Amino acid sequence: MYQTLKNLSADQQIAALFVIVFGFLLLASVVTLLLTLREHGDGGFDSEADAEVARRRHNDLSNVEGVLKTSWLMALVFWLGWISGNRVALLLFGGVSFFALREFMTMSPTRRGDHRSLILAFFVILPLQYWLVGNEHFSLFTVFIPVYVFLAIPVVSALANDPHRFLERNAKLQWGIMVCIYGMSHVPALLLLDFPGYNNKNAFLVFFLVLVVQICLMTQHLASRKMRRPPAVPHISQSFNWPSWWIGMAVGSILGGLLAGITPFLPGQAFAMAFIACAAGSLGHLVMKALKRDRGIPIWRDEQGQRSGVAVTGANGLLERVDALCFAAPVFFHSVQWYFNL
Amino acid sequence: MQTMLAKLMGFFLLGVVRLLTGSQARWYGCPPKAEQRIYFANHQSNADLVMIWAALPEELRSHTRAAAAKDYWTKTPFRQWITTKVFNVVYVVRDGSAADDPLQPLMDALTHGDSIIIFPEGMRGQAEDPLPFKSGLYNLALKFPHVVLIPAWINNIQRVMPKGEVVPVPVLCSVTFGAPMQVQDGEDRRAFLDRARLVVMDLREV
Repeated sequence: MYQTLKNLSADQQIAALFVIVFGFLLLASVVTLLLTLREHGDGGFDSEADAEVARRRHNDLSNVEGVLKTSWLMALVFWLGWISGNRVALLLFGGVSFFALREFMTMSPTRRGDHRSLILAFFVILPLQYWLVGNEHFSLFTVFIPVYVFLAIPVVSALANDPHRFLERNAKLQWGIMVCIYGMSHVPALLLLDFPGYNNKNAFLVFFLVLVVQICLMTQHLASRKMRRPPAVPHISQSFNWPSWWIGMAVGSILGGLLAGITPFLPGQAFAMAFIACAAGSLGHLVMKALKRDRGIPIWRDEQGQRSGVAVTGANGLLERVDALCFAAPVFFHSVQWYFNL
Repeated sequence: MQTMLAKLMGFFLLGVVRLLTGSQARWYGCPPKAEQRIYFANHQSNADLVMIWAALPEELRSHTRAAAAKDYWTKTPFRQWITTKVFNVVYVVRDGSAADDPLQPLMDALTHGDSIIIFPEGMRGQAEDPLPFKSGLYNLALKFPHVVLIPAWINNIQRVMPKGEVVPVPVLCSVTFGAPMQVQDGEDRRAFLDRARLVVMDLREV
């Protein structure tokens, strides 16, 4: 089986990968659907406790459904990107950046004086950054935002003649741009990295990154639900604790080591790279939670399931799904680039 | 040809509004329903009109007409074309220069069986809270007691395009529709208008 896969061409291997991924997703969706059907079939409850159990199960299920939905969407985005080439992949990731930034900006109130800076962020910086990635200006695209935009945004804000909370407003803008544009653009940048002898199988590298980070987060989430340890930082997250974080890290990194075959890494290197990506992703996710708490958005999806976060901004929670990736991608990209001297 | 163009423009605007704002409708106090209604909402930006138009479902959009200030929306041929052909608005004169009742066009629309959208503040507010409501809402409610009054809160739209700017920026916006209300027996003008304003403001929190 492994030998047959190995003998296929790069394109065929990637196609096989998509078949496997879509197969898994389909299976998972069917199972969840059956579980929801069973749940609806139950009818009345004998006691309060039963009702409580059913309610928790319902919440778990809708959580899983949410994760599945995102996974379908992401898999579709990757597949579309792959069949239609790197340019379209860039456009797709640019779109994700756009919607994530829109959500970020909704979360942090802006003033009139920020209007020009916002225009700059959405309609100039975002396309420019992706254009730089697309044309493989690697040395420029990694410094474009931290160096040039870092200066440009406050200049535009200062020219708007509004000193009120100047530092705070600009910090928010810079942050939004760093996370949603800079971070996200490193994912498609992986597609363009040139590994000697890896003959254009870079789609696997993106797949590797996304999979290890998502699996790490999911394991961490499930572990914290099962173990019910006291939260490490209760004011920021009710679910974050160190034991489940370590479990997530271990599962993510080991999975990374096992996947070494599809990457240009040796198993040890793959393990280390996965570890770095998972650490950046899961801790970045925690940082975004702190940010949301600061904005008074309690917990994105609380006991009622979908309602809470949605009520405040009308946001649809895309940012929450991709924030880990936004933090993991640049760190992963640079570690790879530095270690392999690309 | 003209109707084709208007339709295309409609599609285009819907796309733009959705891309920029998400144009989310939250039917909190009532379902979207094909009955005759008067929607009344806060007014912070000229884009309110477009926002609430985009938030309504397709089936309701065709016979729900928003009130629009005649002086602003007929200033250029393009504005006039877009408000008549695409949004199908009801023009209202707000400077009091009209010879007859300024509410007449709205009453005509209601008599004709259409639903209407009005902004009872009368002008765009700059503050957090909406301005005191003008009496048009009360008069219409008395004249058409069978028409359902629906309060609505338009959230965030002033951030998309502040007064004086031309290029809009993307920020998620939503329109929250509240529970129907009506004039109570013997309720006087001011009491009703203040109550209506509070009902609209309460939708901010839900």
